Amino acid sequence: MDLSRITRISDYEWQLAPTGGMRVAAVIYADEALIRAMDDKVLEQVSNVAMLPGIVKASYAMPDAHWGYGFPIGGVAAFDPDRGGIVSAGGVGFDISCGVRTMLSGMARAEVEPVKERLAHELSRAIPAGVGRTGRIHLNEPELDAMLAGGARWAIEQSYGEGADLERIEERGCMPGARPEFVSAKAKQRQRSEMGTLGSGNHYLEVQEVADIFDPDVAAGFGLRRGEVVVTIHSGSRGLGHQIGTEFLREMVLSAAAAGIALPDRELACAPINSELGQRYLGAMRAGINCALANRQILGHLARAAWARFFPESELRLLFDVSHNTCKVEEHDLDGERRRLYVHRKGATRAFGPGHPDLPKALRQFGQPVLIGGSMGTESWVLVGTEASERRAFSSAVHGAGRSISRHEAVRRWQGRQIIDELAASGILVKSPSARGVAEEAPGAYKDVAAVVRAAEKAGLARRVARLRPLICIKG
Amino acid sequence: MEDRVPPVAGWELFGHDADVGVRGVGPTREAAFEQAAMALMHAIGGGDVVPKQSLEIACAAPDDETLLVDWLNALIFEIATRSMLFSRFCVRIEDGRLSAAAWGEPIDPERHEIAVEAKGATYTALKVAKMADGNWVAQCVVDV
Repeated sequence: MDLSRITRISDYEWQLAPTGGMRVAAVIYADEALIRAMDDKVLEQVSNVAMLPGIVKASYAMPDAHWGYGFPIGGVAAFDPDRGGIVSAGGVGFDISCGVRTMLSGMARAEVEPVKERLAHELSRAIPAGVGRTGRIHLNEPELDAMLAGGARWAIEQSYGEGADLERIEERGCMPGARPEFVSAKAKQRQRSEMGTLGSGNHYLEVQEVADIFDPDVAAGFGLRRGEVVVTIHSGSRGLGHQIGTEFLREMVLSAAAAGIALPDRELACAPINSELGQRYLGAMRAGINCALANRQILGHLARAAWARFFPESELRLLFDVSHNTCKVEEHDLDGERRRLYVHRKGATRAFGPGHPDLPKALRQFGQPVLIGGSMGTESWVLVGTEASERRAFSSAVHGAGRSISRHEAVRRWQGRQIIDELAASGILVKSPSARGVAEEAPGAYKDVAAVVRAAEKAGLARRVARLRPLICIKG
Repeated sequence: MEDRVPPVAGWELFGHDADVGVRGVGPTREAAFEQAAMALMHAIGGGDVVPKQSLEIACAAPDDETLLVDWLNALIFEIATRSMLFSRFCVRIEDGRLSAAAWGEPIDPERHEIAVEAKGATYTALKVAKMADGNWVAQCVVDV
């Protein structure tokens, strides 16, 4: 990124003052190396978001930001409905409520190593992954509607998991305000056989070792102990979310002019929060969030069942489940008063600080776990929300490493088989139906996640708690 | 993003940070739409797809660019719900209405090595236009 247009506020914060049609400033959190490596499109997109009606405070980009569509991936923006604020289908994205859940095994790596090969095989059989792999769950329309209204709570009622899981999931497993009747028949048709499937692309299930602890007190509070093994799942709302995104994006693109909204980029398609279309999208999008919460709950259950065949004494207790493509109504300080704002996080994780009332009692004194996916063969991270994060970016933090090389280029540079062999030599087993898919997700195609989380910590967005190293990776 | 286009009619993929761009070029708008669909199928992967069964697809939009997004999204929907891959397309466009036939076969995990699932066609880098050399280009970024 060309730094000549932006002002360095600190070593980890960069700002573009409002110019042209921008209503607020654009703020990018990153160190100098990360921001220099970012595409100029990130600045263009974060500035475009600053032009949207009703945006408050600033348009933010996280340290893992990269060129998205409309919003940058790693973009955060809040809108005030009383100031003409909007909700944007492009600001949430196609994979509504894509997110991460981490479960604690309490087992030492040394106990898992002897069965690693068989465990990887069993997990790859238990978790439907990749294109064309459907799940064993097939829902009819009334069942789909119940799932869309109930989220992970519905999944638990269907015997996928334990009631105790709910308090370790955002919204306690069930997003209020979901309106299944606003989800089209086509979106429901796309989901009929996709519950309990992982998907493809950057989605995965990993068995990971807690490699390093950075904050011993918080790690102990989270149940993370060095040398122990956790299971992490990254997936979302599958075909249903994609179809909701597709349909509402189109409707918002075509109706923006009539709503008096001048779009700097069609992909920023949006509708006033206080409009029929805005409310209809919110109802459908919240149903999409519930679909993702139910899906990860089912995937967690399938992983637990496979795990129990090897370790019947280890229950895979849920640490937390976070979403990173959402629009949620939250209270935040604005001009000295608490305001209800519609916070869009596109490739960004909510990161509530200590004491937040929405956190479960057991975690409240520490802050919210922020689960960061890295890439195969490198590392993932557990961070914790900070008090400062609210002021920095409406309690938001990074969501992953972020790509540095396109899929297209990755396939030119690497071969899937070679990546699988190299990772196996370093003790990481990769199971995937697609060698090309593995090449597209090669570790070298991602930014240095350690640099991303360090910048997030230095910028005050979240604090590092533990580093996780992969042992087994199931990819779509 | 690369702005160049292939010198002859055909398709290509172009880079995007997280996703992938699909571009079709042809002597007519219809041919460019067909080639863009070929590019989409290549992004998804699968190798040799035998065109042994066909289905009809129809969509309508107020402008060419929205129509391209609709066309690619209609294909993505069919791929997802029928679990099929396609390798041949015939597109007709008249007065903002597209009608097409797509030929392909059901996904066979033994034979088709698929790289990635397409989530949706986007309005990013979206363009449908006649170029100076007389060819049409039809392109956009697909979220995968």
